[in-house]
Amino acid sequence: MKKTFFLLAIILFVFGNAYSQDLDDLLDAELDNTKSYTIATFKSTHIINSHTVAQLKKNHLNFIIYHRFGALSSGIKQFFGIDQANMRLGFEYAINDWITLGVGRSNFEKTYDGFIKMRLFRQSKGGKWAMPITLTYLGMSEIFTKPFDNPNLNNYFTSRLTYIHQLLIARKFNEKFSLQLMPTVVHKNMVKTVIEPNDLPALGIGGRYKLNKRIALTFEYYATIRPSNNIVEYHNPIGIGLDIETGGHVFQLILSNSGMMQEGGFIYGLNNDDFFKGDIHFGFNITRVFSFNKQ
Amino acid sequence: MNKYILIFIAFLAIGSTVSAQKTFYTKSGYIGFFSTTPLENIEARNNQVVSFIKTDKGSLSFGLLVKSFKFKNALMEEHFNENYAESDKFPKAKFKGTITNLNEIDFDKDGVYNAEIHGKITFHGVSKEVNVKSTLTVNENKLKGKSTFYLKPSDFNIDIPSVVRAKIAKEITINVDIDYKIYKK
Repeated sequence: MKKTFFLLAIILFVFGNAYSQDLDDLLDAELDNTKSYTIATFKSTHIINSHTVAQLKKNHLNFIIYHRFGALSSGIKQFFGIDQANMRLGFEYAINDWITLGVGRSNFEKTYDGFIKMRLFRQSKGGKWAMPITLTYLGMSEIFTKPFDNPNLNNYFTSRLTYIHQLLIARKFNEKFSLQLMPTVVHKNMVKTVIEPNDLPALGIGGRYKLNKRIALTFEYYATIRPSNNIVEYHNPIGIGLDIETGGHVFQLILSNSGMMQEGGFIYGLNNDDFFKGDIHFGFNITRVFSFNKQ
Repeated sequence: MNKYILIFIAFLAIGSTVSAQKTFYTKSGYIGFFSTTPLENIEARNNQVVSFIKTDKGSLSFGLLVKSFKFKNALMEEHFNENYAESDKFPKAKFKGTITNLNEIDFDKDGVYNAEIHGKITFHGVSKEVNVKSTLTVNENKLKGKSTFYLKPSDFNIDIPSVVRAKIAKEITINVDIDYKIYKK
């Protein structure tokens, strides 16, 4: 009798299990196995001055107007920085969903810049090869077109060039909070003095925290690695911002210690001010995305 | 010894009832939705719908990842996920229901059947009971299901700001088109 009971128990166990796996469990198992990519890690293609991992969709054009006023600490004489302004105009165009090309023009040293932004892989959940982060490579070059400071020197065309290589490593932790690490190398073909490095390594960190569906707080900071014999006082770039999204536009209001908006400028930090002494630049970015896809 | 034979027979009996019912399934079904207003037409398509139908009791289930809805306009897709469907908070949408006129449908005989389905849709954290009419086509162990019905965003607690209210239809058309095959474990 004991044996019978035992066998019956086994049978019930086996078939009981088969029945309890109802449609809902099957459904969940299939859905959890479906790959889904993280979207909207950042709303805009820029945190403040730095690029984000946000890619434009194929055939979309992004037009950005960057504007930085002078330092707030300049007082009433300069109307708290409003009298001076730096600008950059940027155009970004996505040739596919993972490669964006861009050009820009800054009035600081009359600099033209161009970049390529390539997404290598995306943060994803479920399925094979789920990735915890999004990784993007950014390669930039800049050329300043203002006259050389010292025209008597033997100045070459290549002296005008700056190159920047950057990796963007981003993770969206939850619907509100995203963080991005930015290992960077800035190479300047020509530097102002012999003790300044041609190659400047830097590690940037940036992030955003959404306050509600349309407004987010952002920040960015770069730690630069400089030679110890540097006599010039540099300030690492630091900035905080507020993203306001209104349909097709993103408005970014910014407080930063840098009046420059191109990477070779603000990361290298030639003219960065002391944020904590109140040498803060107010500024804004306005972006507008145009779609060239046939509807 | 008799007992063991009895148990063996019971075992076989249970086994045979298990295999008598059919389970159909797909993980590449299609569900799309349309919103039509004089100002703007919105269309989204999802080709990764998972669905099961068990023929014995006529129970069926649908599931999809909200993020898998593809829009023509990338910005629309982002707004849909971020602001309306909140797909990070509510990643899945589901339907669980039963065929109420099961006696009129023979899953073993080829033909086109009208199926009435009653069930519950869960989307954006809200569940709503619905009755849906659909056509089932049985063809040599394959099953095709088609349906069109209408849902209101307001029934699912989806907050549409007044600025865009005129661009989003009060009733959204849902199209379902699914090719099932026999489910094997």
